[in-house]
Amino acid sequence: MKLTGAQILCESMLREGVDVIFGLPGGAILPLYQTLPQYPALRHILMRHEQGAAHAADGYARVTGRPGVAWATSGPGATNLVTGIATAQMDSVPMVAVTGQVARAAIGSDAFQETDITGITLPITKHNYLVMSAADIGRVVKEAFHIASTGRPGPVLIDIPKDVFTEKADFDYPDSLDLPGYKPTLDGHPSQVKKAAKLINEAKRPVILAGHGIILSGAYEELRDLAEKAQIPVITTLLGISCFPEDHVLCVGMPGMHGMAYASWAIEEADLVIALGMRFDDRIIGKPSAFAANSKKIHIDIDPSEIGKNVKVDVPIVGDLKRVLRMLNKHVDAAVHVEWLGRVEELKRQHPSHLVRETDKLIPQCVIKEISEATNGEAIIVTGVGQHQMWAAQHYVFKEPRSFVSSGGSGAMGYEVPGALGAQVGRPDKVVWSVAGDGGFQMTMSEVATMVENRIPVKFAIINNGFLGMVRQWQEAFYQRRYVATSYTRNPDFAKLGDAFGCLGLKVTDKSQVRGAIQRAMAYDGPAIVDFIVEQEENVYPFIPSGQTIHDMIEEPRPHRQESRR
Amino acid sequence: MTTDSALPKHTITALVEDRPGVLNRVVSMFRRRGFNIASLAVGQSEVAGLSRMTFVVEGDDTTVEQVTKHMHKLIDVIKVSDISNANTVERELALIRVSANAQTRNEIMQIVGIFRANVVDVAPDSVVVEVTGDQDKVESLQNLLKPFGVVEVMRTGTIAMNRGMATGARTDEARPRRPSATPSSRATWTDRSGG
Ligand SMILES: Cc1ncc(C[n+]2csc(CCOP(=O)(O)OP(=O)(O)O)c2C)c(N)n1
Ligand SMILES: [Mg+2]
Repeated sequence: MKLTGAQILCESMLREGVDVIFGLPGGAILPLYQTLPQYPALRHILMRHEQGAAHAADGYARVTGRPGVAWATSGPGATNLVTGIATAQMDSVPMVAVTGQVARAAIGSDAFQETDITGITLPITKHNYLVMSAADIGRVVKEAFHIASTGRPGPVLIDIPKDVFTEKADFDYPDSLDLPGYKPTLDGHPSQVKKAAKLINEAKRPVILAGHGIILSGAYEELRDLAEKAQIPVITTLLGISCFPEDHVLCVGMPGMHGMAYASWAIEEADLVIALGMRFDDRIIGKPSAFAANSKKIHIDIDPSEIGKNVKVDVPIVGDLKRVLRMLNKHVDAAVHVEWLGRVEELKRQHPSHLVRETDKLIPQCVIKEISEATNGEAIIVTGVGQHQMWAAQHYVFKEPRSFVSSGGSGAMGYEVPGALGAQVGRPDKVVWSVAGDGGFQMTMSEVATMVENRIPVKFAIINNGFLGMVRQWQEAFYQRRYVATSYTRNPDFAKLGDAFGCLGLKVTDKSQVRGAIQRAMAYDGPAIVDFIVEQEENVYPFIPSGQTIHDMIEEPRPHRQESRR
Repeated sequence: MTTDSALPKHTITALVEDRPGVLNRVVSMFRRRGFNIASLAVGQSEVAGLSRMTFVVEGDDTTVEQVTKHMHKLIDVIKVSDISNANTVERELALIRVSANAQTRNEIMQIVGIFRANVVDVAPDSVVVEVTGDQDKVESLQNLLKPFGVVEVMRTGTIAMNRGMATGARTDEARPRRPSATPSSRATWTDRSGG
């Protein structure tokens, strides 16, 4: 049976289990869009901006574990996807982006809206394709979904010229793949696993440092088995948050630049660091040579290139965490580590800087705490990037896997709106709160219209400090409080903006109104925006300045606004 | 492309899909990760649809380990081997245009002969020399020809292959006769590839 390229693409998407597409049309991709009505099972959500489409696909993927799909036209449509694709690449999020391209004969002629998007996205995709024949579309889509979702996941872009969408070809979806250069290692090397078990069994002060890999591999049970069997404290990276229940006695929170001080100290005092599906990011290790200098290290990751990249390790294991941990747990002895766990508890008491300080003022931390309580730690929290992101990571008590959604490696402000949209589309059964910065929200807030239009009931908590707060904090700490280009003196009235978008808009200026506003937002049948006018110069603590060590940690708000460290 | 670096050189070969853009992917990865390529040669392999690339890269062991791992991550790359420490044959071909006149031509021919190189073109004021060998040999010849006036140099970059047997019986055709009398103090070439 002969189908058009556009039909082949839709058929292939259906074969891959796609149920929703985030996109925005234009000339080069029009033949594909005009085919869409023939495929009612493919729900298309029309975004306001292609960056929104890419972030929404990313948010969808992070909560479901299935590749998110974004469509855009050639030229500016494709380049608008770039931030979202780079974000997915940095955080290993499975995504398939489809872009229209100018017709084959026009490629290379600087035709209207021609952009070399495969060239542009070469270093920010796991792989990409320019499809020059309709007959190749089926194979390419199959490969794209396979590559995006297996091994270390990531975004794959498929660029299709306009006349390839209209070209006819035979369609039969391939049932096997031929990718000789792509064979992720899944099983850990048995002798390495035994070596790791030996280190664990001999350790007196072990810690687990669990990252996004636990979530990507779905190794929650296996992680828990390991931690409980050998009584090992579990520390999670920013993207590892929610891979281990935070109300568990062995949970020790997040380390690093803005992590809990006690988590960083526990790593410092450990004699064994068991790093699982994480990549020793500079936000965690600070100065590489000083990171956990007194410990041995086990590193388990599916990506061999992460091993030995930033930190030297004693026992590396390449493989899928679920499989490797299953094997490892068999060789690990039950242990109690009474003394060590006691020491970790003591560290928690000695370094309580994560606690919300007592004050009558409306501080951001207390907003997060109230949301955590109001949702019983069972909501999905999507954040932007900045101070509010760190407070959300620190103060929400996450209980379920895949419930913390945040741009980690890229740190893409503006993620909070479309990311939350995608998360809510992926998990319509969940309450989704977007903890937004006033800065980030304004980068992508047009997608609130998309939410209203498509009945996507995200609740927004705008942590409105009138500042690009995180940058302001650095200016305070390192530039004598010289606030250059970080203050928004005239933000819009976000509550009224909520009205204008056709959703619920609330403004909170006093601590006493916080709980009520959260309840009202959740009770409202649709998207809601709560504008929390918070203390403007609140800082995130603790704070380990870039590239420095735990000994340089600033734990307490120092006497207010005096001269800086340097 | 710099050849006089203090960092050790490593030879890496890769078997890759012969598709448009593959070279771009590989080279783009090198650029992005800040790895330095000293030379690069690409050609068809023994399998239809697959090419083989030979890279000479500069860097310490950690860097080279990262290079090979990141190359491996590319979907179009099927196999990567670091053959720096292996028993290998390494060759490159160079064409060198040297100024030559009736007085100097003979002397040039002599040097060319010692290196088992060939003169492949003769003009009234120049000759083109073709030489095959490892990098050291090509460079030594180039240095020896310098005093005559090297007008143009074209080099293919190194290609490399593992030797067949553990005994490493060597019958290199391209090996020059060791110069009996060193024609100039610059002739520092030593035959590392054979006895
Ligand atoms: C797209 C983008 N531009 C710039 C930055 C640099 N940056 C990091 S945090 C931050 C401030 C964010 O402000 P806001 O969204 O209001 O959050 P806050 O820190 O105030 O909570 C900026 C500008 C970034 N991360 N992303
Ligand atoms: Mg702000």
